[in-house]
Amino acid sequence: MDLSFSPTEEAFRAESRAWLEANVPRPPLPSGDTRAGFTAHLAWERALFDARYAVVSWPTEFGGRDASLWEWLIFEEEYYRAGAPQRVTQNGIFLLAPTIFEFGTPEQQARILPRMASGEQTWCQGWSEPNAGSDLAGIASKAVRDDAAGGWRLSGQKTWTTRGAFCTHLFGLFRSDPAAERHHGLTYFLVDLASPGVTVRGVERLDGDEGFAEVFLDDVFVADADVLGEPNQGWAVAMATTGSERGLTLRSPGRFLATAQRVIDLYHERGDDPRLRDRLIAAYIDAEAYRWQTFWTVTRLAEGLSAGAESSMVKVFWSELDVRLHELALELLGEHAELLDDAAGAWMKGYEFSLAGPIYAGTNEIQRNVIAERVLGLPRK
Amino acid sequence: MRFAFTDDQLAFRDAVRELLERECTPAHVRAAWTNDTGRVPGLWDQLTQMGIVGMLVPEARGGMGMSMADLVLLLEETGRTALPDPIVETAALGAALVDHAGQTLAAGHELVPWADTADVIVTAEGRFDRARAELVPRDSVDGARRVFEVRGTPEPLDAAILRAAFVRGVIGTAAQQCGLAQRMLDMTAAYAKERRQFGVPIGSFQAVKHHLANARIALEFARPLVYRAAVTLDPVHASMAKSKADDAALVTARAALQCHGAIGYTTEYDLHLYMKRAWALARSMGDGQLHRDRVAGAVLEPRSMPA
Repeated sequence: MDLSFSPTEEAFRAESRAWLEANVPRPPLPSGDTRAGFTAHLAWERALFDARYAVVSWPTEFGGRDASLWEWLIFEEEYYRAGAPQRVTQNGIFLLAPTIFEFGTPEQQARILPRMASGEQTWCQGWSEPNAGSDLAGIASKAVRDDAAGGWRLSGQKTWTTRGAFCTHLFGLFRSDPAAERHHGLTYFLVDLASPGVTVRGVERLDGDEGFAEVFLDDVFVADADVLGEPNQGWAVAMATTGSERGLTLRSPGRFLATAQRVIDLYHERGDDPRLRDRLIAAYIDAEAYRWQTFWTVTRLAEGLSAGAESSMVKVFWSELDVRLHELALELLGEHAELLDDAAGAWMKGYEFSLAGPIYAGTNEIQRNVIAERVLGLPRK
Repeated sequence: MRFAFTDDQLAFRDAVRELLERECTPAHVRAAWTNDTGRVPGLWDQLTQMGIVGMLVPEARGGMGMSMADLVLLLEETGRTALPDPIVETAALGAALVDHAGQTLAAGHELVPWADTADVIVTAEGRFDRARAELVPRDSVDGARRVFEVRGTPEPLDAAILRAAFVRGVIGTAAQQCGLAQRMLDMTAAYAKERRQFGVPIGSFQAVKHHLANARIALEFARPLVYRAAVTLDPVHASMAKSKADDAALVTARAALQCHGAIGYTTEYDLHLYMKRAWALARSMGDGQLHRDRVAGAVLEPRSMPA
């Protein structure tokens, strides 16, 4: 056991901390889930990219610094510690990119990744459909082969697409073999939302932001070069993406350690209410537990082992911890919790966002089924 | 950073697991409920010969001079098998308090388990030779955990040594709770695969799956805190570990009983052997509330760090 970071890693932490302290926007940017806020966030993403902090773990040729998983975790801790903006590029850099590294051709990697890292192209997810939510294999949107044009024609509707109204591109699954059922006959496509036949309609979320969108596709042409992985093998490709979504890449421990510290600060500001002390400390311990569980997992990943269905345990844990932390903050605020027009408004908005956690990336009910079946070996039926 | 055990540490764990699976079966634990000594005859000697009992004792006093990080996985195994012996007290808490590696040590606050087996007894008041202490037996819900009140006049112990000893005892107890949680989870997952109602295994029902998933999650996030504390020996880290490990054991005990249904509510079935140990350990070496208070002392009132 060696629980210390190396001098190189500590130097990277110090360098990251100094840069973030000097550069994090003050006052905080408006929500990135609004049109104006999204534009402001893209300027921040560009600043991160220019300083080579946008995608630290990526290879240098694509805009990263070849940082190890450890350094990536350190950067995340520093990022949230500094109160830096949400990453509006997250669904590209944290979800699609690992999938492109695994399944993409060299041409796709060279064409897509640098533009994603700089924020020039922004990516949203096209998974859910009106009749396919938790049951993702129920996807009905179609891809029809167009041999003459060397590609596919997509039709159907995607929904709950986060920041779909602002992003330039969408990645998602479409049914390419009408004879196949469920997990078979699906293909993973990369779609330019400026293509003819695409209509995007923003949908206001619980928190009042236009953070959701419905995406309608009517005979939208996508070239073969924008198929990720093999045609009809899209389910396996998509599972790599959802593994990233549930696991540590989307929501690393730094985020919850920072939130726990902010709730502790609020606890002191509000006069150390002894009734909340025990629950506050229990939540703080949970944030620490997530940090050390991550270090445990990353040691395994660094030694070449895979995480697998454990990512479902991680997703349940961080999403429910996030709700508890925000509930505590609202209790500390008391009557002021409902106000949106002062600093406390950030906590209510944060609470609303935390409530999405147990729903997105596969509901926690589905995750618990996955844990029972794949970790504990209980029967599906 | 390398947060993982070495191959040697894992091999030692496997050897201890093999011994205890053979020599500390549910039948052995059950026998300890009613036999004269409350222990598994001969097992303590085997553990001593393997070097576990004196693992942390300096070589100059006949031990192996190893670390809590070497011991913690072995203590987890003693939890998994509900070993009815003062192994945490002797091997972890007592390592700096025994005169030599051959001694057995019992320890506790108001109740001292297995005090009758010990050469040395340690409480918050100090250290007793067993021959000079008066032991008043009490009746524990866990029949394989013989507990005593200890009366007499102890020799005082250095407060810093006592505090460090307690931290090791806390970490060791937390490790046992993880082992107990694993045992109850394994038993219940196996039962849920076998037991059929409405024509299907009960493990196919979402309600059962979710109980067991919650237990598995609790264990997943308790273990790393226990292992971290075993390396740092930091009292705050130990308190985090005990709080989460107790939660994992208690949540699992509840889920295990519920998923077993009435068979789990009998003493003929083995589940109670492990569940009752978990109940007892959750209030031993400080309960979750005490340990969260200690963490709060460090995190919320940094100028009054807990001892």
